[in-house]
Amino acid sequence: MNFRIISALVMRYLFLYARSPMRLVELAFWPVVDLVVWGNVTVFIQKNTNPEFGSYVLFFLGGMILWDIMFRAQQGVAISFLEDVWTRNLLNIFVAPVRSSEYISATFIVGMLRILITAVVLSFISWFGYAFNIFQLSWWLIPFFLNLMLFGWSLGMISTALILRWGLAAESLAWAIPFFFQPVVAVFYRVEDMPAWSRPIAWCFPPTYIFEGMRDVMKSGTMKWDYLWYSAGLNVLYLALAGWLFLWVLNLTRKRGLLTKFATQ
Amino acid sequence: MPPSPDPREVILEARDLTREFDGVKALDSFSFKLHRGEVLGLLGANGAGKTTAMNCLLGLTLPTSGELNAFGLPLQANRISILQRSNFSSAYTALPGNLLVWQNLSVFARIYGVPNPKKKIAELMELLEISHLSKRVTGQLSAGESTRVNLVKAFLNDPELLMLDEPTASLDPDIADKVRKVVRKVQRERNIAILYTSHNMRDIEEVCDRVIFLHKGKIVCEGTPADIVAQSSSDNLEDVFIKIARDGELLDEPKKEESAL
Repeated sequence: MNFRIISALVMRYLFLYARSPMRLVELAFWPVVDLVVWGNVTVFIQKNTNPEFGSYVLFFLGGMILWDIMFRAQQGVAISFLEDVWTRNLLNIFVAPVRSSEYISATFIVGMLRILITAVVLSFISWFGYAFNIFQLSWWLIPFFLNLMLFGWSLGMISTALILRWGLAAESLAWAIPFFFQPVVAVFYRVEDMPAWSRPIAWCFPPTYIFEGMRDVMKSGTMKWDYLWYSAGLNVLYLALAGWLFLWVLNLTRKRGLLTKFATQ
Repeated sequence: MPPSPDPREVILEARDLTREFDGVKALDSFSFKLHRGEVLGLLGANGAGKTTAMNCLLGLTLPTSGELNAFGLPLQANRISILQRSNFSSAYTALPGNLLVWQNLSVFARIYGVPNPKKKIAELMELLEISHLSKRVTGQLSAGESTRVNLVKAFLNDPELLMLDEPTASLDPDIADKVRKVVRKVQRERNIAILYTSHNMRDIEEVCDRVIFLHKGKIVCEGTPADIVAQSSSDNLEDVFIKIARDGELLDEPKKEESAL
């Protein structure tokens, strides 16, 4: 063992971290997400330890499956883009007669296919392994899926825009971006179990209404229609903002001449 | 007497194209015309501005100022219709390595709306002598095979304008020779306008009708490869390249003085 060589290699990694702030952000990001999510879950369990608690636990499975729907939709967009970067194919796409809207639409469809596969697999496993039937949500599942998919697409476009702007140094955002939202969209606990300061933030995002609605449907078989409308309205807003951001960044990379560097790296 | 203007249709035209990066001009008032059926070589040392020029022409980088027209239309406003009639191949891009060759080519045939794509792909693969690669994984091809697959993609839509960025880079002399011959053959048969960059002067001499030498974003000289060598104080195009890369000019100072006398 040569300490000089080990120190040189450590130095190499430190240089890498110093040159890539995203890596430093990640060091704090994931532990914070874990802490906030499980902290809120703990509060939720503490407040609900009563004879009905057994049924509440099923909320976790429902929340997990619906969360994955949103996550896969986001991944469909962001990872499809990254696949073109990783395979150095991006330039071939950008010099072909492909409009940005066509490119993004294709990634949306890939996102939808990923959702279908994920939903089928998770539904079967949760049914056979844990006697949890996601179809107990009946036809409510359709607006739930649609709304979560739309928000996933928005996040996918935002992730892609950030990767376009910051290059592969921001690649990890493709996985991290949804988890920025996980602690505040009430996936595994009710909004009322969240710290008071974070509740108004939670209601700014479409998935919050869906996860709250899911728990209501599982408890009482119905939910507030308002929640669906708020979620859909916010989704339209976020889709428009994310689309604008993507096109603005794409244009910016063209103006700054970053596109080719990025596409061939 | 100035040379008479080329009567052929202008396919691509740049007027006073300038591109600055942080105040440095990578392209400085760059103007040229590329005519139908012509192969124009864009030459220069690393950093001379040819990649920037190519990127502007492909719409990947926006020029700081100047005009770019293709098929008589402004490039930015008509990007999609122009790209439909053009194609591109570069040694620095690749088709997705995890797909089979025919899968990659089918995707691009579909993007370009190629009628009867199977037949077209088969014809081009035969022309480039790579029919046997159809079911191979693209990422496992050699550099020479990969270049030829990229060329099949570049010829798929019968482009009227083709941009080839160092198509023979990293190829052995035998494969490079085959690639040059095929490019020239297809170009002549279909009367394609080609913009060609290369660091290989043999490529340029064999393929290009006319060349433009760039240095620090500006045109140093242009003409046929033979004319440029004749005008210079060098014996061949490779020496001209080195001279321009080092001194930024075609002629030695003494020769300039002689010609002034």
